[in-house]
Amino acid sequence: MNEDLSVFGVDPWWLIGIKTVVIFGLLVLTTLMTIWGERKILGRMQHRIGPKYHGPFGLLQSLADGIKLALKEDVVPSAADKVLFFIAPVITVTAAFATFAVIPLGPVIDLPFTDRVTPLQLTDLSVGVLYILAIASVGVYGIVLAGWASGSTYALLGGLRSSAQVISYEIAMGLSLVAVFIYAGTLSTSGIVAAQDDVWFIFILAPSFVIFLVSMVGDTNRAPFDLAEAEGELVGGFHTEYSSLKFALFFLGEYINMVTMSALATTLFLGGWAAPWPLSMWEGANSGLWPMLWFLGKVVGFLFFFIWLRGTLPRMRYDQFMKLGWKVLIPLSLAWIVAVSAVRVVRLQGGIDLRWIIIAGVVIALAVLALAFIPEGADPQEGAETEPVPFDAFAGGYPVPPMPGQQSPDLPPMVAAAAATGGPNDRQDAGPDAGQGAHRA
Amino acid sequence: MNEYTPILALLALGFGFGLFSVIISGFTGPKRYNRARLDAYECGIEPTPQPVGGGRFPVKYFITAMLFIVFDIEIIFLYPYAVAFDSLGLFGLVEMVLFISTVFIAYIYVWRRGGLEWD
Repeated sequence: MNEDLSVFGVDPWWLIGIKTVVIFGLLVLTTLMTIWGERKILGRMQHRIGPKYHGPFGLLQSLADGIKLALKEDVVPSAADKVLFFIAPVITVTAAFATFAVIPLGPVIDLPFTDRVTPLQLTDLSVGVLYILAIASVGVYGIVLAGWASGSTYALLGGLRSSAQVISYEIAMGLSLVAVFIYAGTLSTSGIVAAQDDVWFIFILAPSFVIFLVSMVGDTNRAPFDLAEAEGELVGGFHTEYSSLKFALFFLGEYINMVTMSALATTLFLGGWAAPWPLSMWEGANSGLWPMLWFLGKVVGFLFFFIWLRGTLPRMRYDQFMKLGWKVLIPLSLAWIVAVSAVRVVRLQGGIDLRWIIIAGVVIALAVLALAFIPEGADPQEGAETEPVPFDAFAGGYPVPPMPGQQSPDLPPMVAAAAATGGPNDRQDAGPDAGQGAHRA
Repeated sequence: MNEYTPILALLALGFGFGLFSVIISGFTGPKRYNRARLDAYECGIEPTPQPVGGGRFPVKYFITAMLFIVFDIEIIFLYPYAVAFDSLGLFGLVEMVLFISTVFIAYIYVWRRGGLEWD
């Protein structure tokens, strides 16, 4: 590998300690603020005010909620597997914290009061992004174990759904990053930020960014992909049986994952800590502690996007969701990888003029667009179901309503007579009829 | 100090925080015994008895896990290729397209056999 990681791994132990605590504090603080912001923004989107009593603008609301949770009874269901039930939230939150270790918050700075220089980043590895994906996968263990160890049907189903969802979207996410690595030539996060010195990858790899954006929402179990917590179907999903601080840990883990994914998207596509365009004309924008501000600004932008999605879109159906992941995102990212690498090889070899590549790209894009407008063939099952199916009002021993395509049976004479004259129970049905009759008369 | 030491520090801090919270929640909250509360939550009705050995779940999830492994390995092979892309040139591209199309054939097979259908 050609990247320069010599500035990493040389910090003394006290500096590591400070950085670790700062990152820990940053993540917890961002989580508290994100929850507050989410409730405030969602409130505004729904013409409410949102939390406002605890602290100025309700800023301390999530802290108060955390303390309240700590004072609640810690219920361990009698059917639960005690050890795994205890360890699952710990795994989730540990993995969530650890992923942030390689996110670059800023460039190398001079440390005040000493003659040291240190990067504003806990550490970096030559396999940085791979490390993030690996630890994020460990977080799935927390979900599966929590679902299984609860000894409850809802939790088990929620855990299975959630893990299937996370691993499905991890593939799309992993594939969408390949194009970034092709352009950056490295897996280290600081190297990727340095590679975006000229132009951010969002501009040259926009399809990758879109795929990453979709899979990032799917990967963090957030609306509109929050199927694991579909209240109408699965109550709380894998954390149905969790209460008190154990539940708070899952909550914390989810929000830290959101922050980490936003930070990863910033690092990979939005130039990391680099100042955005109008600010980058100022000389000092990319030195000192300023880059941290740009970085946090971009992360907050992504967090707002998450919240915006939640306030706007209804939850998806599970089969549609899996279909999107497996049948759309994966083939799309594979095709995009092949296209990107073909274009790059051609450019490196210098064989063909760039203009031809652009023309070919436009033609392919138009063809794909045209394909998208071809209506899908009618479902063969739909046509077959038009003839009326005999209806058994007591199928399986219970009274059941007629399903679509089934004809309701002839009513018994007494009921039919009551319906015709307008019995006491069907005023609503009788009303318009009676009115019509009067009008006609 | 090597590059992995800070990761261990953050892991330890996160783990310690999680463990502390899990243990402390057993002391801070009230403890009032109630048999119904310790049952599994099923919207207020008597919980379904859990079958011995955890019961069954749809095989779809198993297929998803298997497919995940296949594609995850593909990703793991693609990453080193992507990093070394510039030095591999045309040879690398041809090799990679052959590799992707091999996995893609398996993908099409699974699709056609209905392995990606959820209903």
